[in-house]
Amino acid sequence: MNRVVVTGLGCVTPIGSTIEDFTLSLFSGTTGIVPIGHVEGAPEGNPGVRFTQMAQVKDFDPLQYMSTGTATATERAAQLGIVAARKAAEHAKLLEPNSPASLSSHLSEDTAIILGCSCAGRSAEEPQLAGLYLRNIRAHPLTVVRTMANSGAAQVSIDLGITGPVLTISTACASGTHAIGQAFHMVRSGLVTAAIAGGHDAPLTFGFLRAWDSMRVVSPIRCRPFSADRDGMTLGEGAAMFTLETLESAQARNATIYAEIVGFGMSADAHHITQPSSDGAAKAIRMALKDARIQPSEVGYINAHGTGTQANDATEAEAIHKALGADIAPTVPVSSTKSLHGHSIGATGAIEALATVLALHDGKAPFTFGTTEVDPTLHLDVITETPRPLDPARPVALSNSLAFGGLNAVLAIRRF
Amino acid sequence: MDDIASRCIEIIAKSKSIPPDSIKLTSTFEELNIDSLDKINISFEVEEAFSIEIPDDALGSLRTVGDVVEGVKMLQQKKAATATGSPASATS
Repeated sequence: MNRVVVTGLGCVTPIGSTIEDFTLSLFSGTTGIVPIGHVEGAPEGNPGVRFTQMAQVKDFDPLQYMSTGTATATERAAQLGIVAARKAAEHAKLLEPNSPASLSSHLSEDTAIILGCSCAGRSAEEPQLAGLYLRNIRAHPLTVVRTMANSGAAQVSIDLGITGPVLTISTACASGTHAIGQAFHMVRSGLVTAAIAGGHDAPLTFGFLRAWDSMRVVSPIRCRPFSADRDGMTLGEGAAMFTLETLESAQARNATIYAEIVGFGMSADAHHITQPSSDGAAKAIRMALKDARIQPSEVGYINAHGTGTQANDATEAEAIHKALGADIAPTVPVSSTKSLHGHSIGATGAIEALATVLALHDGKAPFTFGTTEVDPTLHLDVITETPRPLDPARPVALSNSLAFGGLNAVLAIRRF
Repeated sequence: MDDIASRCIEIIAKSKSIPPDSIKLTSTFEELNIDSLDKINISFEVEEAFSIEIPDDALGSLRTVGDVVEGVKMLQQKKAATATGSPASATS
């Protein structure tokens, strides 16, 4: 079994599209959640929803990173993923910056691409369907390739010249975490030497905003995870990608190592399509610890799913207690970074894994922006107001993702 | 250069993000780096712009910008002839 390390980080998020900007926002508590601006396709740009804020990636120009042909054949979710993946490969020094993107020949054959995406193609599909249903217009000939769920992963393989296994994983809000977990298992088992893995999504479309509005789970203002007065989630978009590789490969090429992935757990609640079950989430946490061969006492930080809904936060707190035990659970620092970057559905788990890796690398955990009065019934040590130094004696962090459908994924990541 | 040619060049330039003055009627798709996906995209935009429908077999024979312009003119004449009930000319 190989040890699996993180050697490259890439992101395009509402709180930064470079690792430096993302890190600065993460630890200073600079939120990317802003008032909803113009929404394409909505009457006069106004989506007509009850909530007022969301987290958008600002000033994203795909043509800075890809050919017109690729930009024309893709839509925003894939484009965010292509750019973040390129950045993760560059950051790992698998590519030279500003050179034609292509991995060295041995790695191109021996690298996997595993991407999580839940809402691929919406910005291309919604206007097509509106035109079709209302005016019976012809479909644009690139609609199929723009809207297929695997568009992002396929385009990354073309962009980087990777010929190994390429998969898109779609498990709603846990997609990015499941993708990193699968890539971790592939590298650990020796199936591949390296992987580009993460999540990407662009769900802030007129139709999808209205659909979320109807579910009545979005905060009217901004999510406040674990807060006593929390009133819902806040939607976002973005992408975060990682270069994972065997420790042997990383050391052989003198790569910078940001963290080590040591375990992955996944489970299904088999309970309800939207109502979470603490048993399912607890099982995924236990499995991640078992996979990593570590004890609960070694966990020094949890980056929670922490959506800010009443149901999620209460269930997740209960799951943490069930998995870590009543004596240890209240002593583990927990935060949710969703009040910074929003809930970007298929991308969010990867963005949170990025926050977790940076926390381990920098030795401090980000705080839960916007939450001042923690719900005392949760019995969690929620980090608020300012980042918290990590305890060197507890070198492992967990990154939790709990998706609609009751699909749970938990990564265990160790400081390297 | 006539209006149809100018409009076709405009569509190709926009689709490929290249300056219109870099495109000539004699430019081949290969020279302009127009691949098969670009070709169906450009064809769609041309069809929309001129309210015509390019037959599948004609699509395969397009090689140059001039071919596109001639094809549009032919299809427009055919359409006009059909609308007035007179026989269409395949060569004019």
